[in-house]
Amino acid sequence: MKIHEFQAKQLLRDARIAVPESIVARSGDEAAAAFAQLAGSVAVIKAQIHAGGRGKGTVATNPQQRGVQLVKSAAEANTVATNLLGHQLVTIQTVPEGQLVRQVLVEAGCDIARELYLGLVVDRARGLPVLMVSSEGGMDIEEVAANSPELIYKEAFDPNAGLQAYQVRKLCHRLGISGKTTRSADRFMRSMCKLFVDLDCSLAEINPLVVTGDGELVALDAKMNFDDNSLFRHPEIQKFRDVGEEDPAEVRAGEAGLSYVQLEGSIGCLVNGAGLAMSTMDLIKMHGGEPANFLDVGGSANVEQVTEAFRILLADKNVKAVLVNIFGGIMQCTTIANAIVGAYKQVGFNVPLVVRLEGTEVEEGRKILAESDVDIVAAENLTDAANKVLAAVI
Amino acid sequence: MSILIDKTTRLVCQGITGRAGEFHSKNCLDYGTKLVAGVTPGKGGQEVLGVAVYDTVVEAVEKQGADASMIFVPPAFTADAILEAIDAGIKTIVAITEGVPVLDMVRVRKRLQDINAGIRDSAAAIRLIGPNCPGVITADECKIGIMPGYIHKKGSVGVMSRSGTLTYEAVWQLSELGLGQSTCVGLGGDPIVGTTPVDLLEMYQVDDQTEAIMMIGEIGGSAEEEAAAFVKDHVTKPVAAFIAGRTAPPGKRMGHAGAIISGGKGTAAEKIAALEDAGIEVAASPADMGTAIQRALARAK
Repeated sequence: MKIHEFQAKQLLRDARIAVPESIVARSGDEAAAAFAQLAGSVAVIKAQIHAGGRGKGTVATNPQQRGVQLVKSAAEANTVATNLLGHQLVTIQTVPEGQLVRQVLVEAGCDIARELYLGLVVDRARGLPVLMVSSEGGMDIEEVAANSPELIYKEAFDPNAGLQAYQVRKLCHRLGISGKTTRSADRFMRSMCKLFVDLDCSLAEINPLVVTGDGELVALDAKMNFDDNSLFRHPEIQKFRDVGEEDPAEVRAGEAGLSYVQLEGSIGCLVNGAGLAMSTMDLIKMHGGEPANFLDVGGSANVEQVTEAFRILLADKNVKAVLVNIFGGIMQCTTIANAIVGAYKQVGFNVPLVVRLEGTEVEEGRKILAESDVDIVAAENLTDAANKVLAAVI
Repeated sequence: MSILIDKTTRLVCQGITGRAGEFHSKNCLDYGTKLVAGVTPGKGGQEVLGVAVYDTVVEAVEKQGADASMIFVPPAFTADAILEAIDAGIKTIVAITEGVPVLDMVRVRKRLQDINAGIRDSAAAIRLIGPNCPGVITADECKIGIMPGYIHKKGSVGVMSRSGTLTYEAVWQLSELGLGQSTCVGLGGDPIVGTTPVDLLEMYQVDDQTEAIMMIGEIGGSAEEEAAAFVKDHVTKPVAAFIAGRTAPPGKRMGHAGAIISGGKGTAAEKIAALEDAGIEVAASPADMGTAIQRALARAK
């Protein structure tokens, strides 16, 4: 699960990790008032959307306006906030139409001496959380990772013991941090590692992590993602969920216990199992088609879930044909056959439907489909299924 | 011989009184698995499917000689159930449960590594398969997990995979081609799992029943790259592979918590290049998994 920058900064503040003073605003007037309240000569207005790349992102209808901007007066804060709020911000990480900005963060200016990078992830190969820092903060860290990986320093740590003081000293040495700033770094890094573990984060990123003129470390930006599997033990994080930032079809699928990812092609896919669903997308692409989605109905979906899956697929205007690929294991082919017949009656199919069934109770399943009045193109195997669904969209 | 499990394996099911636990325990019994006990804390003394239920795994070990466990407990309690099985001396632990918190698995894996570090003979190491996996099956001998038993055919191809239904698809293709299997292992779709492809390659390489190895991977992480490097240096048996997710966009999680391309890493293209470099026969299409093993076998002759 993703949260907004202002929410992540609240979590940091609660953990006594330094962040600049800031106020959330939902109108130009609120932004102007926030500027006055912060009482500084400058402030930064930052669009709050879940996607990154906001600093270089621009408003769809007003390409002059970027997603993050320095302002020097309450009036200017009002103008910039008004330009952003209620408009679509397009960044490298959003869909092409952009993401609606519904709130901005008005943040006090900061005396920046250096910009560093700090990130935390769980390293799959090592099976441990890893703290990563770099002196190359503020820029595109993925570029740094690709071009000069030696500039990213990593320390793995035991989640029970936390990051050790000597590890911080080592990182400070690498980053060229000395004197009293090492004390600030020790507090900052170890608190971040503890927060990452305590809240079951899947990713935490502070970019830039600023060293101020006074030699203190301050989180100028904050991005936190959480392990969905751990949310049951974090009601305080669950309440930060902002459904407005998520794809409506994906939210709907999630509520029905389906795993769905919207893509841009014309062939809708309905598959059981994540691996087989990915492979089905690959298969379509190999044969020259474009999948409209990834949709995994899971290993044990019932008739209602499969019907809902069809509703979601058929609601996508780009879908010109649907490929159902089921390998019945726990899920019986009769379940999927009954669901197809049921969905046909309830939802109605306006596009061709290619069905490939295999596995548990396959003969009975095929029989149900053959005896129904649903117009189905039956496929023998994967290659046959791909050929038939491709033929249907041409 | 096969790897991990065979007809002598004595299985306990942790979570046998739950809906899924009982349903799949029955299927395992029907397949011929020696399911000797069940465990559900607080329900000791009951009987399910003619099998005695205990409060603790240690009782199942002491009273029924259990040496393998199949775990169906809810995700919040799975780490505890795995640790209990390790503590009780269970050698092969198969965690089916989906949705286990990642940091719980970090702690479990640490514990497993600490214990195994004290075991000199790697054949005696404690093995955790999963979580979020379909399980392990040695055809005609022992089935631990949720896979449909009837598609498997006894033979000499070792199959390992990070995904469930895609494994069934591969096994189906192999069986249709008359290529039976030794042991099929579902490694699990989570970022951190107990057993990696490298661990299994090591086991298949020394197993005399296994003559060829089918490896099914997917985008995300670097397990396939590590496996490719291991094959290059240590595996003499023919290996074929398939990687799911060639067309998956970066940053989007494809169902499995582990299946995500992040920071441009873990792409199918990178994995396929590493596999081909190691001399592995890579199936271009998911329809081509069985024939890829045929090609790998033919090439080895």
